[in-house]
Amino acid sequence: MKKPLIAIEKCKGCGLCIGACPKKILELSSAFNKQGVNYPVCKDESSCIGCKFCAVICPDCVIEIAETDGEV
Amino acid sequence: MADKILYTRPRSIRDVKTHYCPGCGHGIVHKLIGECLDEMNCREKTLLVAPVGCGVLAYNYFDVDAIEAPHGRAPAVATGMKRARKDKLVISYQGDGDLLAIGTAETIHAANRGENITVIFINNAIYGMTGGQMAPTTMEGQVTKTTPYGRDVTDVGYPIRACELLNTLMAPYYIERVSVHDVPNILKAKKAIRRALQNQLDGKGYSFIEVLSMCPTNWGVDAQTGADWVRDVMMPYYPLGVFRDKGTEEASRVQ
Repeated sequence: MKKPLIAIEKCKGCGLCIGACPKKILELSSAFNKQGVNYPVCKDESSCIGCKFCAVICPDCVIEIAETDGEV
Repeated sequence: MADKILYTRPRSIRDVKTHYCPGCGHGIVHKLIGECLDEMNCREKTLLVAPVGCGVLAYNYFDVDAIEAPHGRAPAVATGMKRARKDKLVISYQGDGDLLAIGTAETIHAANRGENITVIFINNAIYGMTGGQMAPTTMEGQVTKTTPYGRDVTDVGYPIRACELLNTLMAPYYIERVSVHDVPNILKAKKAIRRALQNQLDGKGYSFIEVLSMCPTNWGVDAQTGADWVRDVMMPYYPLGVFRDKGTEEASRVQ
Protein backbone atom coordinates (compact mmCIF):
# COMPACT_ATOMS: atom_id res chain seq x y z
CA MET A 1 0.00 0.00 0.00
CA LYS A 2 1.30 3.41 -0.95
CA LYS A 3 0.78 6.68 0.89
CA PRO A 4 2.20 10.22 1.09
CA LEU A 5 4.30 11.15 4.12
CA ILE A 6 3.85 14.88 4.68
CA ALA A 7 6.47 16.75 6.74
CA ILE A 8 4.00 19.38 7.89
CA GLU A 9 6.50 21.69 9.61
CA LYS A 10 8.39 22.24 6.32
CA CYS A 11 5.22 23.08 4.37
CA LYS A 12 4.64 26.64 3.16
CA GLY A 13 1.02 25.93 2.29
CA CYS A 14 1.09 26.72 -1.44
CA GLY A 15 -1.39 23.93 -2.21
CA LEU A 16 0.11 22.88 -5.56
CA CYS A 17 -0.02 19.25 -4.37
CA ILE A 18 -3.78 19.49 -3.88
CA GLY A 19 -4.30 20.58 -7.48
CA ALA A 20 -1.92 17.91 -8.77
CA CYS A 21 -3.50 14.91 -7.00
CA PRO A 22 -5.49 12.88 -9.58
CA LYS A 23 -7.54 11.13 -6.87
CA LYS A 24 -8.36 14.42 -5.08
CA ILE A 25 -7.56 12.96 -1.66
CA LEU A 26 -5.43 15.86 -0.41
CA GLU A 27 -6.96 18.87 1.32
CA LEU A 28 -5.71 21.79 3.39
CA SER A 29 -5.82 21.27 7.12
CA SER A 30 -7.78 23.57 9.40
CA ALA A 31 -4.83 23.50 11.83
CA PHE A 32 -1.68 25.58 11.38
CA ASN A 33 1.95 24.52 11.49
CA LYS A 34 4.71 26.52 13.22
CA GLN A 35 5.10 28.71 10.12
CA GLY A 36 1.46 29.68 10.50
CA VAL A 37 0.12 28.08 7.34
CA ASN A 38 -2.42 25.37 6.61
CA TYR A 39 -0.71 22.22 5.38
CA PRO A 40 -2.10 19.39 3.20
CA VAL A 41 -3.49 16.28 4.80
CA CYS A 42 -4.46 13.02 3.12
CA LYS A 43 -8.10 12.33 3.90
CA ASP A 44 -8.18 8.82 2.43
CA GLU A 45 -4.84 6.98 2.38
CA SER A 46 -6.44 3.79 1.09
CA SER A 47 -7.27 5.56 -2.20
CA CYS A 48 -3.66 6.64 -2.81
CA ILE A 49 -2.26 5.11 -6.00
CA GLY A 50 1.33 6.20 -5.34
CA CYS A 51 1.57 8.26 -8.56
CA LYS A 52 3.99 10.68 -6.81
CA PHE A 53 2.37 13.72 -8.47
CA CYS A 54 2.04 15.58 -5.16
CA ALA A 55 5.67 14.89 -4.28
CA VAL A 56 6.99 15.80 -7.74
CA ILE A 57 5.27 19.20 -7.83
CA CYS A 58 6.12 20.13 -4.21
CA PRO A 59 8.73 22.93 -4.42
CA ASP A 60 9.95 22.30 -0.88
CA CYS A 61 10.45 18.52 -0.78
CA VAL A 62 7.76 18.26 1.92
CA ILE A 63 6.11 15.10 0.60
CA GLU A 64 7.66 11.63 0.45
CA ILE A 65 5.90 8.63 -1.01
CA ALA A 66 6.18 5.46 1.06
CA GLU A 67 5.18 1.89 0.40
CA THR A 68 4.13 -0.12 3.40
CA ASP A 69 3.80 -3.87 3.23
CA GLY A 70 0.81 -5.58 4.72
CA GLU A 71 -2.22 -4.13 6.39
CA VAL A 72 -2.14 -0.62 7.82
CA MET B 1 6.39 -3.21 9.21
CA ALA B 2 8.93 -1.24 7.28
CA ASP B 3 8.15 1.72 5.10
CA LYS B 4 9.91 1.68 1.76
CA ILE B 5 10.44 5.24 0.51
CA LEU B 6 9.61 5.49 -3.19
CA TYR B 7 10.19 9.20 -3.65
CA THR B 8 12.13 11.64 -1.52
CA ARG B 9 14.37 14.69 -1.62
CA PRO B 10 17.40 14.11 -3.90
CA ARG B 11 20.78 13.74 -2.20
CA SER B 12 22.12 16.79 -4.08
CA ILE B 13 19.61 19.08 -2.36
CA ARG B 14 20.26 19.98 1.26
CA ASP B 15 17.56 19.42 3.84
CA VAL B 16 17.12 23.11 4.64
CA LYS B 17 14.25 25.54 4.38
CA THR B 18 14.49 27.65 1.24
CA HIS B 19 13.75 31.37 1.22
CA TYR B 20 11.47 30.98 -1.83
CA CYS B 21 7.84 32.03 -1.53
CA PRO B 22 5.06 29.42 -1.39
CA GLY B 23 4.39 28.00 -4.86
CA CYS B 24 7.62 29.34 -6.42
CA GLY B 25 8.97 27.33 -9.33
CA HIS B 26 12.61 27.66 -8.21
CA GLY B 27 12.19 24.89 -5.65
CA ILE B 28 10.86 22.53 -8.32
CA VAL B 29 13.73 23.29 -10.71
CA HIS B 30 16.29 22.87 -7.89
CA LYS B 31 14.82 19.47 -7.20
CA LEU B 32 14.95 18.47 -10.88
CA ILE B 33 18.61 19.46 -11.20
CA GLY B 34 19.34 17.62 -7.94
CA GLU B 35 17.64 14.48 -9.20
CA CYS B 36 19.59 14.61 -12.48
CA LEU B 37 22.90 15.04 -10.64
CA ASP B 38 22.04 12.08 -8.39
CA GLU B 39 21.10 9.87 -11.31
CA MET B 40 24.21 10.81 -13.28
CA ASN B 41 26.36 10.42 -10.16
CA CYS B 42 27.88 13.85 -10.81
CA ARG B 43 27.30 15.62 -7.50
CA GLU B 44 30.97 15.50 -6.53
CA LYS B 45 32.17 17.07 -9.75
CA THR B 46 29.53 19.75 -10.23
CA LEU B 47 30.30 23.45 -10.08
CA LEU B 48 27.23 25.67 -9.80
CA VAL B 49 27.22 29.34 -10.74
CA ALA B 50 24.53 31.15 -8.76
CA PRO B 51 22.98 34.32 -10.25
CA VAL B 52 21.78 37.56 -8.78
CA GLY B 53 18.03 37.38 -8.41
CA CYS B 54 15.79 35.08 -6.42
CA GLY B 55 18.19 32.19 -7.10
CA VAL B 56 21.02 34.11 -5.41
CA LEU B 57 21.17 31.74 -2.43
CA ALA B 58 21.08 28.58 -4.56
CA TYR B 59 24.47 27.56 -3.14
CA ASN B 60 22.80 27.16 0.26
CA TYR B 61 20.37 24.62 -1.16
CA PHE B 62 22.51 22.58 -3.54
CA ASP B 63 24.99 20.23 -1.91
CA VAL B 64 27.60 20.97 -4.59
CA ASP B 65 30.49 23.39 -4.97
CA ALA B 66 29.21 26.78 -6.06
CA ILE B 67 30.27 30.33 -6.72
CA GLU B 68 28.25 33.55 -6.78
CA ALA B 69 28.67 35.56 -9.98
CA PRO B 70 28.28 39.33 -10.29
CA HIS B 71 24.92 40.32 -11.71
CA GLY B 72 24.49 38.92 -15.21
CA ARG B 73 28.04 37.58 -15.45
CA ALA B 74 27.24 33.95 -14.66
CA PRO B 75 27.97 32.68 -18.23
CA ALA B 76 31.32 34.52 -18.19
CA VAL B 77 32.23 33.03 -14.81
CA ALA B 78 31.06 29.61 -15.99
CA THR B 79 33.20 29.98 -19.12
CA GLY B 80 36.29 30.57 -17.00
CA MET B 81 35.51 27.70 -14.67
CA LYS B 82 34.90 25.26 -17.50
CA ARG B 83 38.01 26.26 -19.43
CA ALA B 84 40.15 25.93 -16.30
CA ARG B 85 38.57 22.67 -15.10
CA LYS B 86 37.38 20.72 -18.14
CA ASP B 87 36.67 17.66 -15.98
CA LYS B 88 33.95 19.46 -14.02
CA LEU B 89 30.24 19.82 -14.76
CA VAL B 90 29.51 23.56 -14.84
CA ILE B 91 25.90 24.74 -14.46
CA SER B 92 24.92 28.39 -14.82
CA TYR B 93 21.58 28.93 -13.06
CA GLN B 94 19.98 32.27 -13.97
CA GLY B 95 16.75 34.23 -13.85
CA ASP B 96 15.25 36.59 -16.44
CA GLY B 97 16.73 39.80 -15.05
CA ASP B 98 20.15 38.25 -14.78
CA LEU B 99 20.20 36.49 -18.14
CA LEU B 100 18.21 38.80 -20.40
CA ALA B 101 18.63 42.29 -18.94
CA ILE B 102 22.00 43.07 -17.39
CA GLY B 103 23.60 39.85 -18.66
CA THR B 104 22.42 39.89 -22.27
CA ALA B 105 25.90 40.43 -23.66
CA GLU B 106 27.45 37.61 -21.62
CA THR B 107 24.58 35.29 -22.47
CA ILE B 108 24.76 35.85 -26.22
CA HIS B 109 28.54 35.70 -26.45
CA ALA B 110 28.86 32.58 -24.30
CA ALA B 111 26.29 30.95 -26.60
CA ASN B 112 28.00 32.29 -29.71
CA ARG B 113 31.34 30.84 -28.59
CA GLY B 114 29.61 27.52 -28.01
CA GLU B 115 31.11 27.19 -24.54
CA ASN B 116 30.73 23.68 -23.17
CA ILE B 117 28.45 24.72 -20.29
CA THR B 118 24.81 24.17 -19.31
CA VAL B 119 22.62 27.22 -18.76
CA ILE B 120 19.33 26.83 -16.86
CA PHE B 121 17.17 29.92 -17.39
CA ILE B 122 14.18 30.50 -15.08
CA ASN B 123 11.63 32.69 -16.85
CA ASN B 124 8.92 33.92 -14.47
CA ALA B 125 8.08 37.14 -16.37
CA ILE B 126 8.96 39.44 -13.47
CA TYR B 127 11.79 40.60 -11.20
CA GLY B 128 11.10 38.55 -8.09
CA MET B 129 13.87 39.44 -5.65
CA THR B 130 13.50 43.20 -5.91
CA GLY B 131 9.75 43.10 -5.39
CA GLY B 132 8.03 42.61 -8.73
CA GLN B 133 9.28 45.12 -11.29
CA MET B 134 8.98 44.67 -15.07
CA ALA B 135 11.46 42.21 -16.57
CA PRO B 136 12.43 41.84 -20.26
CA THR B 137 10.16 38.78 -20.30
CA THR B 138 7.12 40.49 -18.73
CA MET B 139 4.03 39.82 -20.84
CA GLU B 140 2.29 42.53 -22.86
CA GLY B 141 -0.30 44.23 -20.63
CA GLN B 142 1.01 42.53 -17.48
CA VAL B 143 0.72 44.70 -14.37
CA THR B 144 3.91 44.98 -12.32
CA LYS B 145 5.26 47.50 -9.80
CA THR B 146 6.85 49.55 -12.60
CA THR B 147 4.06 49.03 -15.14
CA PRO B 148 0.94 49.77 -13.06
CA TYR B 149 -1.19 50.14 -16.22
CA GLY B 150 0.25 47.02 -17.81
CA ARG B 151 3.32 46.63 -20.01
CA ASP B 152 3.02 49.10 -22.89
CA VAL B 153 4.90 47.59 -25.82
CA THR B 154 4.99 50.88 -27.72
CA ASP B 155 6.98 52.35 -24.85
CA VAL B 156 9.20 49.55 -23.52
CA GLY B 157 9.16 46.99 -26.32
CA TYR B 158 8.03 43.42 -26.55
CA PRO B 159 8.91 40.48 -24.27
CA ILE B 160 12.15 38.79 -25.40
CA ARG B 161 12.02 35.17 -26.42
CA ALA B 162 15.41 33.85 -25.32
CA CYS B 163 15.29 30.48 -27.09
CA GLU B 164 14.35 32.02 -30.44
CA LEU B 165 17.04 34.67 -29.99
CA LEU B 166 19.81 32.16 -29.28
CA ASN B 167 18.54 29.88 -32.03
CA THR B 168 19.75 32.43 -34.61
CA LEU B 169 23.35 31.70 -33.57
CA MET B 170 25.42 28.94 -35.18
CA ALA B 171 27.25 27.54 -32.14
CA PRO B 172 24.67 26.38 -29.54
CA TYR B 173 24.26 22.62 -29.42
CA TYR B 174 20.96 22.23 -27.61
CA ILE B 175 18.14 24.74 -26.95
CA GLU B 176 14.82 23.79 -25.38
CA ARG B 177 11.96 25.53 -23.59
CA VAL B 178 10.05 23.67 -20.88
CA SER B 179 7.62 24.56 -18.10
CA VAL B 180 7.07 23.49 -14.48
CA HIS B 181 3.41 24.47 -14.07
CA ASP B 182 2.11 20.89 -13.88
CA VAL B 183 3.43 17.39 -13.34
CA PRO B 184 3.66 16.15 -16.97
CA ASN B 185 5.63 19.27 -17.89
CA ILE B 186 7.85 18.90 -14.83
CA LEU B 187 8.78 15.39 -15.97
CA LYS B 188 9.55 16.73 -19.47
CA ALA B 189 11.63 19.49 -17.90
CA LYS B 190 13.65 16.91 -16.02
CA LYS B 191 14.36 15.03 -19.25
CA ALA B 192 15.51 18.27 -20.90
CA ILE B 193 17.82 19.16 -18.01
CA ARG B 194 19.24 15.66 -18.00
CA ARG B 195 19.90 15.92 -21.73
CA ALA B 196 21.59 19.31 -21.33
CA LEU B 197 23.88 18.01 -18.60
CA GLN B 198 24.72 14.89 -20.61
CA ASN B 199 25.64 17.06 -23.62
CA GLN B 200 28.20 18.82 -21.47
CA LEU B 201 29.67 15.57 -20.14
CA ASP B 202 29.99 14.37 -23.74
CA GLY B 203 31.82 17.59 -24.64
CA LYS B 204 29.18 18.63 -27.18
CA GLY B 205 28.97 22.32 -26.30
CA TYR B 206 26.50 24.96 -25.21
CA SER B 207 23.12 23.74 -23.91
CA PHE B 208 20.36 26.16 -22.96
CA ILE B 209 17.17 25.22 -21.10
CA GLU B 210 14.50 27.88 -20.56
CA VAL B 211 12.03 26.99 -17.81
CA LEU B 212 8.70 28.82 -17.60
CA SER B 213 8.06 29.20 -13.90
CA MET B 214 5.60 30.69 -11.42
CA CYS B 215 6.01 33.76 -9.22
CA PRO B 216 2.64 33.81 -7.38
CA THR B 217 3.70 36.39 -4.80
CA ASN B 218 4.71 39.10 -7.26
CA TRP B 219 1.93 38.24 -9.68
CA GLY B 220 -0.47 38.75 -6.76
CA VAL B 221 -2.23 35.40 -7.12
CA ASP B 222 -2.32 32.09 -5.26
CA ALA B 223 -0.04 29.25 -6.28
CA GLN B 224 -2.54 27.28 -8.36
CA THR B 225 -3.76 30.38 -10.21
CA GLY B 226 -0.12 31.19 -10.91
CA ALA B 227 0.43 27.76 -12.42
CA ASP B 228 -2.68 28.22 -14.56
CA TRP B 229 -1.43 31.66 -15.67
CA VAL B 230 1.79 30.09 -16.98
CA ARG B 231 -0.31 27.71 -19.06
CA ASP B 232 -2.88 30.24 -20.28
CA VAL B 233 -0.86 33.42 -20.77
CA MET B 234 2.84 32.59 -20.98
CA MET B 235 2.78 29.38 -23.00
CA PRO B 236 0.98 30.84 -26.06
CA TYR B 237 3.70 33.52 -26.32
CA TYR B 238 6.60 31.28 -25.23
CA PRO B 239 5.91 28.00 -27.08
CA LEU B 240 7.44 24.91 -25.50
CA GLY B 241 9.68 22.58 -27.42
CA VAL B 242 13.13 21.78 -28.74
CA PHE B 243 14.52 24.64 -30.84
CA ARG B 244 17.92 23.21 -31.57
CA ASP B 245 19.25 19.69 -31.19
CA LYS B 246 22.42 19.07 -33.14
CA GLY B 247 22.58 15.57 -31.64
CA THR B 248 19.43 14.48 -33.48
CA GLU B 249 20.52 16.33 -36.62
CA GLU B 250 23.83 14.45 -36.60
CA ALA B 251 22.08 11.15 -35.98
CA SER B 252 19.62 11.70 -38.84
CA ARG B 253 22.48 12.61 -41.19
CA VAL B 254 24.23 9.30 -40.46
CA GLN B 255 21.14 7.28 -41.37
